[in-house]
This record gives sequence, structure tokens and C-alpha cells, in this order.
Amino acid sequence: MTGERMEGKAPVDREIPSGRRNSQGIRIDPETEAELQERRAVISALVDHEPGVLANVSGLFARRQLNIESLTVGPTIDESKARMTIVVEEDEPGIEQAKRQLRKEVHAWSVREVKGAIERELSLIKVSGDDPAGVTAVAEMYGGQAVQANDEIITVELTGTEADIDAAIRAFEQFGVHEVARTGTAALASGTQSTT
Amino acid sequence: MSKPQKTTDTTDPSTESQDLSETKSETTTEEQTTGANSVVAALEKADVEITFGVQGGAIMPVYDAMVDSDIHHVSMAHEQGASHAADAYGIVSGNPGVTITTSGPGATNLVTGIADANLDSDPIVSLTGQVPQDMVGNDAFQETNTMGITAPITKANIFSTNPDTVGDDIGTAIALAAEGRQGPTLVDLPKNVTTGETDVEPSIPTTPESYQVPAPEADSKAVRAAAEALAGADRPLILSGGGVIKSEASEELREFAIEYGIPVVTTMPGLGSFPEDTALAMEMGGMHGTGYANMSLSHCDVLLGVGTRFDDRLTGGIETFAPEAEVIHVDIDPAEISKNIHADYPLIGDAGAVLKQLHDAMPKSPDAEAWRKRTQEWKAEYPMGYETPQDEAIKPQFVVEAMDEAAADDAIVTTGVGQHQMWAAQYWTYTEPRTWVSSNGLGTMGYGAPAAVGAKLAAADTQVVAFEGDGSFLMTSQAIAPAVREELDITIAILNNSYVGMIRQWQDAFYDQRRYESKWDWGPDFASLAEAYGAQGLQAMAYDEVPEVIEEAFAYDGPSVIDFHIDQVADVYPMVPSGGNNAEFALEEDHL
Ligand SMILES: Cc1ncc(C[n+]2csc(CCOP(=O)(O)OP(=O)(O)O)c2C)c(N)n1
Repeated sequence: MTGERMEGKAPVDREIPSGRRNSQGIRIDPETEAELQERRAVISALVDHEPGVLANVSGLFARRQLNIESLTVGPTIDESKARMTIVVEEDEPGIEQAKRQLRKEVHAWSVREVKGAIERELSLIKVSGDDPAGVTAVAEMYGGQAVQANDEIITVELTGTEADIDAAIRAFEQFGVHEVARTGTAALASGTQSTT
Repeated sequence: MSKPQKTTDTTDPSTESQDLSETKSETTTEEQTTGANSVVAALEKADVEITFGVQGGAIMPVYDAMVDSDIHHVSMAHEQGASHAADAYGIVSGNPGVTITTSGPGATNLVTGIADANLDSDPIVSLTGQVPQDMVGNDAFQETNTMGITAPITKANIFSTNPDTVGDDIGTAIALAAEGRQGPTLVDLPKNVTTGETDVEPSIPTTPESYQVPAPEADSKAVRAAAEALAGADRPLILSGGGVIKSEASEELREFAIEYGIPVVTTMPGLGSFPEDTALAMEMGGMHGTGYANMSLSHCDVLLGVGTRFDDRLTGGIETFAPEAEVIHVDIDPAEISKNIHADYPLIGDAGAVLKQLHDAMPKSPDAEAWRKRTQEWKAEYPMGYETPQDEAIKPQFVVEAMDEAAADDAIVTTGVGQHQMWAAQYWTYTEPRTWVSSNGLGTMGYGAPAAVGAKLAAADTQVVAFEGDGSFLMTSQAIAPAVREELDITIAILNNSYVGMIRQWQDAFYDQRRYESKWDWGPDFASLAEAYGAQGLQAMAYDEVPEVIEEAFAYDGPSVIDFHIDQVADVYPMVPSGGNNAEFALEEDHL
């Protein structure tokens, strides 16, 4: 602290522009500015089927503070490649960032958000075995089936959308749900469209 | 899992025809060599002339293979120094700087330099030794998960698994570091891969097929729309970033700005992308930018940002950054578009190519006469200045200007991190690209000295001056040792205030003047330290000594260190506090 002062007007004496940007860096009218809505996006990425790629991708999302709902990965018809399906819950700029950052992954061949996709998830649900008929009825209602049963536990296998499985688990709660394992969403673009 | 296995093609017609020669009996179709030889062959194929590093067990096969190579290997005294030297080499030459170091600590010591290169998009390639593959995961001696540690701070990293493909891995890493948005890459080299036999020669470096480089030219419709906006502006401004230098677009930028009469602010990495001795130059913007740069940024109505990522040290608070401007953003990396500042006109492509497109698409010059006049008035209103009472301690700004005056016009400046870095940015006049070599994004203390080594090796005929702080220099001063050994004609100027001055300044301004642990009056006598290393050590305590020591340092053919004892409590101004409004830059502490 030298107590020296550079030449020029003090900040209070300057002409300061009155415009503003929001936290996305978009110029706004503060009066009418609406909050950004988060939405669920299904991103499909075709990547090299190599060690480290999954770690890179999950690390990328963690580092950029992007919320992953689920991430699945598995082989495709081309055995050198794997398909990743990543479900994120983000606002529009967040989803855009996720896609763009993902495209920079050297092992990613293509990255696309699939809208209106066919989505499925597999779940295994362990339910109390006290009421086998009730459990079977609910399982059937959701298109699932009991795959193993004893006096104490019935294990149900169920495939559906994320929402279907959420609903089924809620329905099984009347019997008592002990454990759940879910794979996360796999998705392909609808009909003749190609996914990536 | 399923890495493609390259098989050797033994029926190669060229080798068959060779077999028909008379010496048939002694000709082997292709020579058996090792993975390590392949590594060195790949470096040679990529025209790598200089490498930096420190040896160690896991990398010894590669060092051994260097014996017969023309590559000049520069042993550094510390791997961090090697990484900064390589980084500076990359900045100055434009070609990736290469380090070769061992596993474990040899790799972890590089981490700071890799992170530094990552934030500044500098091209470097790190080759690290690794324990043999059958020991990986066993916590073997000097094993560290180099891939895991460096994944978040590299553009790409590669774990080599096969002596047949290791050479191509090196080529891929070199190509990726240099291609598109530049950055650091790494190849981890398990010892069994470098000692393993192979008869495959590495191919020409290429990026992998999966890697998508954006086309150099931006969408022409988008270019036209942006050009319309810029031509229609009343208060147009160019923000020139480090990407302009990286893509060799400084000439295009200068022509564009001058032809259309548009003032130019540079970011810190953009220093040198536009000559600061021209009227249109507003110089550096941001936290310690000039008042006129920050006024221009705050009042412009169309901002053309080229090769910049709108870093927070430049923008200050996002809410108040160029709040009245439509933004045209030119960048090679689509992920930078609207990451920090919304781009009204995103133009994805190479800075030089897009500037040419814009140049051709401009329907007219903007009517910016009044605006240009205003920016010149700001220059007069907020001059960069300081007082020099001759009976007081030397002002650091004076040292920077005196060095600039005495140095060649195209001299390269490297810096440490702290106040001295800011004075070097503010008071040296940058007129050429690749003359500002600094740790902009990571702010790594200790960058300056090893960077001077790398810069000088990249530009043997160019003068190199490092500005260091007494604290910053203490972190990597062992880099004088290789500078002496390599007989590098460099000058390291220490702006010695016996404080970690930038911390002291913040304590005074934001922590009620509690100068806790910021007085560093326990450092060595730097002139003696330099002499101990075999360099020339000089010292200046008063103004009249300044020209003499500079002359002596510049005249000396080898590394010189000048210890300038400067005003201990000089502050860096102007200053926009972190997250503040650029238009409200402070000219003294009371303004904060
Ligand atoms: C490796 C590292 N550690 C800590 C810091 C935080 N830091 C920023 S500036 C500074 C003080 C630098 O002091 P000095 O080198 O003496 O330079 P001065 O500010 O006095 O010019 C510190 C400690 C940093 N930037 N880098």
C-alpha cells in the first residue's frame, strides 16, 4: 500500500453502463428474466470400446458439475465400439455443454441427443414373499415376472422406461421392497432414424 | 479390451524386391528393434528436435534409445521445470514441446506443468515411464496411476500396450497436441513395451479417425450476419485472445482492425497479437488491464472476441461484462461458444480463416469515428503511470520499462506469477506474437525461469528476458543449472520486494492489512545464488544502478540474474476486484 493513486476519475465519477447479463452471460432485461428450466436429456455416444473411455466420460461430467441420472455402456454390432447412453438433468446451456465437451473426447465417434427415443431399463426388485399372488399380480401388471422365489423373498425382473420402473417400485412397496438393482436407461432413436 | 492388433506385413512388396538383391543371405526383411527405438523414431519422424526431462528406472529404455539420435535432450533439474520449459518451447516455436520423464514422481512432478498447458491451450507432449504391465495395479515401486491423474488435465492421454504400436501412439499424441485447439497430451510407456521387440516402423503422426477437427472456415451465412452486425456497430471492439497467436492470425487481425478502424483489447494470453504501439491498441483488459481497455469493453456495442474463452480474470463479473454488446465469438472449440458469455454470433473455425471470411463479408466500415475518439480520450484520461522519486526505492514498473527500452524489439518475455507478472504485462510494450510467455490460466509461480530455458532453446537468436518475483523464483530457481550448462544467453530479472507481494496487496486491500506470512524476507541473496550456479549475479538497490546492471546482464554471454530491490509495498493498479465490474476498476486501494 503505497498510498499512490493513478490518474483518472474515481469509479463513482465514471459513466457506468446500466445493461446486465444473467449468469449464462446472456444480455437480459432483469425485470422480465425467467429462471432456466432443467430438463431430462438422453445423450447417446458411440465410443471406442477401450479401457479408460468410461472413466474419461464420467470424469468429464463430474468435473463440469453436470448432473448424470444414469450412464450405461455396452458393446454394439461393431465390436471395436461401444454405445454409451447418458441421461442428464440440466438446463439448456448445461445440456449443450455436455454434448460439446463429450464431442471433444478423442475416443468419441459421434454424440447426439436422442429425442423421442425408445428407452428401456432393466431392474431387479426383491420384494417380501408374504403375499406371492399379490406380488405376481403387480409384476404382471407392469409387464415383469418373478424370476426367483422362496418363503421370504420374491425377486422380480422388470423392463420398462425409467418412469415405469419408478411406478412399479412404488407399487411393490405395499409388500415391502428389500433391494433394487437398476441398469440405467439404454436408448435408441425411434424407427428408421439412426441413433448416432 | 479390443485394441486393434497391428500385424506385420511380411509380404510387403518393397521388402520382397530388396530380397532379390545379391546380398540376399544377410538381408533381414525389416530390422528387429525395441519399442523404445520406435518411440525415438516416432519423435524423429515428427521433427522433434529438442526434448526436456529427467531420467529414471521406468524410462531408461527410452533414454538408452536416444543415444544414437540427433535429438537434443535437455536434462532439467526438476520435472516441473521440464514441463514449463517444454510449454514455453511450444509457445515460442508453435510446435509441441516434449518431455521425457520416469514413472511415479517423474510423472507427478509434471502435473503442474500439464495443468498449466491445459488451461493455456499450449501444445506439449509428456512421455512418462511406467512399471511393466504385469506389475500395473500392484502398487509396484514408483507406480502411480498416471493415466488417472492426468486424464482431467490432458486433451488426450494414451496407455501404450504394444511395442508394435507404441511409435504410432507417440505420433498420435504429437498430432493431437498440435491439432485444432492445442493442448497437452501424454503417453504412458510401460517398461515391457519399451523393452519389447518390434519390427514395425512408426507411421507419420496423425490424429485418430474418431477425432473431429472443426473445419477452418465458419458457416458463411453466419459470417455474413456477424459482418452485418459489426459493420452496423456504433461502438465496435475486438477482443483478441491467445487463440489468435496460436493460429498465426495476428497479421489478419491487424489488417482487419486497421482497415475497419476497430479498437483492439487483448486478453493476457493475447498479448503480442496486436501491436501495442498503435493508436487502436487498448492493450490488456481485465483484472489488471488498462483503464482504457476496461472502459472500451464496458461501453462497446458489438464485441468481436477471437480465440478467447472469456476467462473470469478478463470478464470480471459476468453480469456487468460488456453489458451492451452483441457478441461475435470466433473459436476453434465449439465448447467455448456460450460457455461463459453468450455468443449472439458464434463462428466456429480457425481464427485466421474466419477473420479472412469476415474481412471479405464486411459490407462497409462501421461508423465509429466518435467511438474511436472516445477510446483515445480514455487513453488520455486513464494513463498507465507511476512516480519515481529518485531517493526512494526503485519502482518495479520502472525496471520493466528500462528493460524493455534496452532489449531488442522482438525480445521474448517470460514471467513468474504475482505482481511482477502483472507489471511485466502492463509496462512492457508487446508488438509481436509469441513474445509473451507466461502462466496465464493456472497462475503457476515459478514458471518464469524454466520457461526462459525453453524459450531460448526454441529461439536461439532471440533475446529472452524473464521477470520473476522473489517468492516465485524460489520455487524453480534450480532451472539456472541447466541454463548454465546449456550456455543459454538469458536474463532473469527478479523484482524483489521481500514479500509474496500479490498476497500482501490482497491482505492490505481485503483482509484489513493483516500481513500474515506474506513477508518473505528470509530468501537467499539471489545474486550470490546465481553465482553459485555459475551464472552471472547482479544486484540493483537504487535507480542509478538500474541501467548499469541491465547493460551488464545483456552484455554477458550466458545466464544473468539481476536482483532488483524494489519498493516493497508497491501495488498493482488498475484493479478490478474478483467478480467486479470492469468499468469500476480501482486506481487506488480506496476505490476497492
Ligand atoms: C504455485 C503457486 N502457489 C501459490 C500461488 C498463490 N500466489 C499468487 S501470487 C503469490 C505471491 C507471489 O510472490 P512473488 O513471487 O514474490 O511475486 P510478487 O507478487 O511479490 O511480485 C502467491 C503466493 C500461486 N499463484 N502459485
